Amino acid sequence: MDVRRRNNVTVTGRADGPVLLLAHGFGCDQNMWRLVAPALAEHYQVVLFDYVGSGRADPSTWDERRYSSLEGYALDVMEICEELGLRDVTFVGHSVSAMVGVLAAAKAPRRISRLVMVAPSPRYIDDDGYRGGFSAEDIDELLESLESNYLGWSAAMAPVIMGNADRPELGQELTASFCATDLDMARVFARTTFLSDSRKDLETVTVPTLILECRQDVIAPREVGAYVRDVIPGSRLVTLEATGHCPQLSAPQATTGAITDFLAAAR
Amino acid sequence: MMCRIDQSEPEPGGKQDADATDAVFTSLLEDSAEELYEQAPCGYLSTLMDGTIAKINTTLLDWLGLARSEVVGRMRFTDLLTVGGKLYHETHFAPLLQMKGEISGIALDIKAAGGRMPALVTSKVKTSEDGEPLLIRTTVFDARDRRAYEAELLRGRRAAEEARRQSEADRVRLQEALAVLQQSLLPAELPVVPGLEAGSYYHTASPDLLGGDFYDLFPLDTGRWAFFLGDVCGKGPQAAAVTSLARYTLRAAALHDADPVTVLTTLNTVLHERYASGDGRYCTAIFGILHPADDGHVDLHLASGGHPSALIQRADGSAGYLPTPGGLLIGVLPRAPFTAARTRLLPGDTLLLYTDGLTEARTGPDRALYGEDALRAFTATQPPTGPKDLITALSGLLTSFGNGLDDDTALLALGVPAPSPTPASADLT
Repeated sequence: MDVRRRNNVTVTGRADGPVLLLAHGFGCDQNMWRLVAPALAEHYQVVLFDYVGSGRADPSTWDERRYSSLEGYALDVMEICEELGLRDVTFVGHSVSAMVGVLAAAKAPRRISRLVMVAPSPRYIDDDGYRGGFSAEDIDELLESLESNYLGWSAAMAPVIMGNADRPELGQELTASFCATDLDMARVFARTTFLSDSRKDLETVTVPTLILECRQDVIAPREVGAYVRDVIPGSRLVTLEATGHCPQLSAPQATTGAITDFLAAAR
Repeated sequence: MMCRIDQSEPEPGGKQDADATDAVFTSLLEDSAEELYEQAPCGYLSTLMDGTIAKINTTLLDWLGLARSEVVGRMRFTDLLTVGGKLYHETHFAPLLQMKGEISGIALDIKAAGGRMPALVTSKVKTSEDGEPLLIRTTVFDARDRRAYEAELLRGRRAAEEARRQSEADRVRLQEALAVLQQSLLPAELPVVPGLEAGSYYHTASPDLLGGDFYDLFPLDTGRWAFFLGDVCGKGPQAAAVTSLARYTLRAAALHDADPVTVLTTLNTVLHERYASGDGRYCTAIFGILHPADDGHVDLHLASGGHPSALIQRADGSAGYLPTPGGLLIGVLPRAPFTAARTRLLPGDTLLLYTDGLTEARTGPDRALYGEDALRAFTATQPPTGPKDLITALSGLLTSFGNGLDDDTALLALGVPAPSPTPASADLT
């Protein structure tokens, strides 16, 4: 199995630098990191990839059972680490990927030495005494939104048929295919993301951990950030002056700065 | 023609009409840009880059059932969305807009006064001259009817997918059942007969239809063996039922009295009795017995009821039919004559029985019947190396017919092996 091709792995930055593995969340692909990757690449070796079922990962290797649990996504991460022979990795996971990183760090402690959790949430659905911010019905609504947008009113959301790779407008196609994946795969990823409960897994974290949250985030509210910090001993919570769920897009400099500070302190 | 246009002269009163139209336009166009914005047939809003609503039109406020003062500076765009819409906005819409600067035709649901309202949303980022993003302009179109139609389409598609899955599963089950049934009509494998070699082949024209061809080879008493090969008219479950009846009747009758004409007569009586009252089902068949003698040859005694003649490939390479003229179809009349024939198979001789799928295959550009002459000529060109080789050659022939072979075809070949040639060097030692 060719893991590099399967997960559309991209390696940039300083070949001799400490390794940052950047993992996108539900909805998009490695393009999510495009505003922070160049700055990080000045100091680190930056590894980017797409989970199978997202972006330009090989869709033929998708398997509904494997990707119906976060362990399946963690397996992608571990296989990439193994294939590239990565050690002492700082895993930067956005949104649901923060939890994927927790699982991967527990399984491969010798490969993953630090976690950066960007807008994490271990559980999106409200539960006895826990506020995740959503109800099960809300998640059904999201799935509906997925379906309506895959009907193709929007060229940006509908899956794009890939053109000839030799053509110069390839960059444009990349943009157009951003976020566009197969509906069935997106549906499975959405369910896995929003119906999983990873609160217990947080307790397994022993590596130095940085939690980044936005001042205002409808997907991962402030109390969830505080919850994650309280459960992971010794973790650091940084609240970025940013709104929305994607600080790496809305506040790229602040995001890069927080990651760089954390790594400098850890050394 | 009553209607005539005179190009040379201006129409009387044309000037006055044009003036009147201008007046109407002018009064309509008093609709100011401001009013066009506020009362546009779609919702408009502008937000700061963090989503805070800075400007919103009356149409959208009316849909939302909110006052301007409640919204401007106090709410973000995502506050207008249902929770599902918010999730979609945060995971897809916002990142894409950030990346491309504009995004169009996204289906989102807004929290309207009357409940959830499906909308199609388009946003564009306004940037300063040096490319700094300043604000986001958004239009919101009412998509209620369209979404209802989409929901209907999605339901239809799901139902069709489900029906397709179901029918595919049914088809697989049916094919499995048919394959099992078909195998029950044919021997799983031919028995080993001392002093004889046997080969068979069965071509199924369609996996969805049970064929009506059948054959068998089985021991009688004291070293004698019986065989038969036949063809029931028609296909499908009804034909298969007749095939089954014919096969087991022939086997039972042979154990009672193996004389070929007697066996076929019994089958005729059974089929006629069983099917005379309904949709007359009949078949053709050759039944025969083999009696290996001590000196290595085999005596053959067979009878035919309306079936194509058996073909014999002799050890010298020649091929000829063993005629059984005048035998009637089996099961048509209460009493039917059947024709018997006898011959002797010497070492190297092979008896071939076949159904008419072979001789009635269409060949060549004019799609002519293959025919018995061609079959005999083909067989004569084959080396007389025994039944298995002959069957292999004939199955290759059947394959070469392609779609000219449109019927089931059964082949059964029985032969006496030629003595293996003694190596010349063996005599010298």
